Amino acid sequence: MTGPAVIETRDLNVYLEEHHILENINISIASGEMAGIIGPNGAGKTTLMRVLLGLVRATAGQVKIFGRTPEMLGGMRDEIGYIPQRPVFHRHFPVSTLDVVLMGMVTPTSLGRPFSRLQREKARDSLEMVGLWDLEAKPFTELSGGQQQRAFLARALCREPRLLLLDEPNAGLDLPAQSRFFTLLGELQQSHNLTVVMVSHDLTLIARYAHKLICINRTMHVHGSPAEVLNSPHLEKAYRCEFDVLFGSRERG
Amino acid sequence: MEMLAYSFMQRAFLAVLMVGLLCSVLSFFVVLNKLSFMGAGISHAVLGGLAIGVLLGVNPLYTGGAFAVLIALLVGYISKHSKIGTDTVTGIFFVTGMALGITLISFKEGYYPELFSLLFGNVLAVSAADLRFLGVVMALVLLFIFLFFKELLTISFDEELARASGLPVTPLYLGLLVSVALTVVISVLVVGVNLAAALLVIPAATGFKLSRNYRVMLLLAVAVGLISGLGGLVISYNFNTPSGAAIVLCAAAIFFLSLLRSTAVRICSALFSAKKTADAFPAAKEKVKKPGRQ
Repeated sequence: MTGPAVIETRDLNVYLEEHHILENINISIASGEMAGIIGPNGAGKTTLMRVLLGLVRATAGQVKIFGRTPEMLGGMRDEIGYIPQRPVFHRHFPVSTLDVVLMGMVTPTSLGRPFSRLQREKARDSLEMVGLWDLEAKPFTELSGGQQQRAFLARALCREPRLLLLDEPNAGLDLPAQSRFFTLLGELQQSHNLTVVMVSHDLTLIARYAHKLICINRTMHVHGSPAEVLNSPHLEKAYRCEFDVLFGSRERG
Repeated sequence: MEMLAYSFMQRAFLAVLMVGLLCSVLSFFVVLNKLSFMGAGISHAVLGGLAIGVLLGVNPLYTGGAFAVLIALLVGYISKHSKIGTDTVTGIFFVTGMALGITLISFKEGYYPELFSLLFGNVLAVSAADLRFLGVVMALVLLFIFLFFKELLTISFDEELARASGLPVTPLYLGLLVSVALTVVISVLVVGVNLAAALLVIPAATGFKLSRNYRVMLLLAVAVGLISGLGGLVISYNFNTPSGAAIVLCAAAIFFLSLLRSTAVRICSALFSAKKTADAFPAAKEKVKKPGRQ
């Protein structure tokens, strides 16, 4: 079930250190939709994600999340769950799986206050949702890559978000782990009617799970259903390479 | 216990306990955020601020404290807002502060015996005013850490998430750097400019070796800080050795013991698992042996 637009950008332009990173991006992602942002390396996908989060300011154009600009989200920021690209942390960072999930609860509204019992319960519920309830006390650095990514998903879910943003969630995972992660994500998206936006350079994988693909390489080249995007001649323009090698010969519509 | 009969020893004990506790708690974040070099840099650069106090005839702790805070804020600001890395910025302030200190002290007429105390610490010379300053700094820094512990832990683990969650990452990070700077200044009292960084690294590094749980690690770090502080003071009193060096050597001894323990545990578990594998697959063991006999 999709509803009104949760994310909307109009003529979005971003310059970083005089480089034109994003040019006239117009996207609209409806409530309950699972959208994938694809494009080659350096296409501006992560920058777009950071603009949506309010971490990078738009140089020109409009960005609206839940009908507000990212800078004016205030408490509504708590309704966004985020999984950044895999963080670089100390190899033996001394936290348990539950400690990592609880970090999802650390927001400006809880500044200077200890975690409440309710927050701890919610963190445990999130761990149960991703099937890691029995690993809550295990040192986080001892989890496998796939388990760590599921723990990050639990961390994003514990604040009961309406919108979930994922930046390269499949990075560093082997194929079975990727498949398990995306199947779980799909199930949770359905059961919680989440709006999901994920960034990936792996378009074959993301096309299997997303309802909608948005292909960018500085500017938006093509958007639509996965079938429409994968069969579009604009895709090769965006990636600047032939895709017949990947998909086999295609009928161009 | 007779050593506690002297008031200078009572002050020394109090100073060592407070510095030990504060350094251990701060060392947790210093090690997690890889700020060891920054600790060493600030502790050496602070000589410039201490020298200003010496020249002006005010308590060097006050000028050193202000100078250290300024350096911490500059290092934090420059490394976040320019393309120069934190290590490079720290390195520049490290030598500049030292050079400034040496130059300023050279303006002081005659021999200045307290310079040795600034460089290597002299906990036996801690005054009541120093103790009051130490108490205020300890209270402020511990309050900051206590209030924002979960935020600082989150920033140390995943800064991008912390920013996306709307946390005031930069003020909290600068707050941590200021805490490190103030802690460095008060530890100069006990171990001096040259050894202050040791107390900001060794306690948490030992805790790291012995535990994967931050709560246990913090407790272990505090224990290391307090035991090495008190142990070093007792050794220094009984063997008439410099107290700062004795404290740092005690902390280092505990660290190397923990290193030995974790290495022994790793070797034992590797041997045990090799034996278990050999017991579980005796045929494979034979197969491996055969080519050697032929």
